[in-house]
Amino acid sequence: MQFFFEVLIGGLLAGVMYSLVALGFVLIYKASGVFNFAQGAMVYFAALTTVGFMSKGAPFWLAAALALAAMVALAFLTERVVLRPLVNQPQITLFMATIGLTFFIEGVAQLTWGAQVYALDLGVTDEPIGWLMDRSGMNISRFDLVASGIAAALVAVLALFFNKTRTGRALRAVADDHQAALAVGISLQKIWVIVWTTAGFVALVTGLLWGARNGVQFALTFLALKALPVLVLGGFDSIAGAIVGGLIVGASEKLAEVYIGPYVGGGIESWFPYVLALGFLLVRPEGLFGERRIDRV
Amino acid sequence: MTVRSAIGVPVLEVEDVFLAFGGVVALQGVSFDVREHEIRAIIGPNGAGKSSMLNVINGVYHPQRGTVAFKGRKRRKVDPYEAAAQGIARTFQNIALFRGMSVLDNLMTGRYLKMKCNFLEQALYLGPARREELEHREKVEAVIDFLEIQHVRKTPVGRLPYGLQKRVELGRALAAEPELLLLDEPMAGMNLEEKQDMSRFILDVNDQMGATVVLIEHDMSVVMDLSDRVVVLDYGSKIADGTPEEVRENKAVIDAYLGVAH
Repeated sequence: MQFFFEVLIGGLLAGVMYSLVALGFVLIYKASGVFNFAQGAMVYFAALTTVGFMSKGAPFWLAAALALAAMVALAFLTERVVLRPLVNQPQITLFMATIGLTFFIEGVAQLTWGAQVYALDLGVTDEPIGWLMDRSGMNISRFDLVASGIAAALVAVLALFFNKTRTGRALRAVADDHQAALAVGISLQKIWVIVWTTAGFVALVTGLLWGARNGVQFALTFLALKALPVLVLGGFDSIAGAIVGGLIVGASEKLAEVYIGPYVGGGIESWFPYVLALGFLLVRPEGLFGERRIDRV
Repeated sequence: MTVRSAIGVPVLEVEDVFLAFGGVVALQGVSFDVREHEIRAIIGPNGAGKSSMLNVINGVYHPQRGTVAFKGRKRRKVDPYEAAAQGIARTFQNIALFRGMSVLDNLMTGRYLKMKCNFLEQALYLGPARREELEHREKVEAVIDFLEIQHVRKTPVGRLPYGLQKRVELGRALAAEPELLLLDEPMAGMNLEEKQDMSRFILDVNDQMGATVVLIEHDMSVVMDLSDRVVVLDYGSKIADGTPEEVRENKAVIDAYLGVAH
């Protein structure tokens, strides 16, 4: 039983990290109805820019601030060059545009900083917590715990922001109906910049946490794929869904690996979430917290 | 209850507006004015250019020729959010509400331009941002009371019946405390009782809040009862302009509505 809990907690903590990636998608989807394929590339770009500046001798906080500035610049650029010319186009067009954006961001990142793997040290070690190990014998990583704490704080702030503030409401309004949003005096351009900046900030936090764990490398862009089952489970437009979806994916993949894995030869961790998501699609296509659309015929 | 504000000087002047989509001419040289505190109706057969006219006024369409002057400020090209900032609010023919949001949030969105806290204050939900929320919440509650939609305050708008959605949309426009209110067929698809309610609200908005109203409506009895003056459009041109009585007697109007023998 103790082993079960160890796996479960480890899985949940890993899940928080998935939630973080999914959160970036949810933000942009909520506010502009666009599935932003470039989110993974943004994570990579933000992390690489930070370690890039650090390798030039900048202290961590300065490097992170500069990376944030780069994300803000990217948000302005994306709005001006990609979104504004494509206003009122079908969703699939915007989706294709974000795929293009992905290659652009990856290219710029590697041209600027090179393609090698950087190590990133946030000062928190990925080791079991001593006293917990002594008391209960459970192996819980200190890094995972800190990362979850940061993610939880970020999520709390974002949820409050979306539900309780003028700009948060404007973001949701734009997602819902462009025409009506304009009529009440919301400028689409301004909102898009804000939402892409916020997503850029989330990408930066995600990139730093994942980068500290696995090294800052091109593989970070594939995180986008890991976010997909999370989004299917939680719903594309729900912040709460991203969190719960991430927890489910994290916990279930670790438990499945340990308890089902041995019967099929192991290594199921990497694909189990997708199967779970697929099954979920059959039962509840809008996700756990997604908005159920009822169309009048 | 206040006495009805006297009809004053023109606040909106539409001059020689010409609008075409490719080869299709929607408006050809339409001019009229709207005076302060009046209820001005735009009527006409289907496809006469009524909605296009409204869209020109609040900046959704930019006319190729002609000007719209609001409170003396002439403009040819204005964006909808700029029009909103000048005090123009509107509703749409096919309800354009934020369907996933509650009634309360929809109305709060209507106050977007009245709220001043900056992005950072909001992101951190500091004292001023919180106080501002509460302050505006009070104004919105007043609108909710006024429109008698207290019972659905927290319901997502998408779940409400059609008539109530129309009312919420009016509420969102009112939340902005507009000087000029544009209503695109506020009673389309309503039953008699709902129409009477809506008429009463429009009259009250005009009386008590002093808003100038421009409305498009098909139901003639409603138009005759509500409006101070009526503009009649047909095939993108103005064919009559005057009090409801004058318009009703007008030969061109009768022809446009009943058709002429050729």
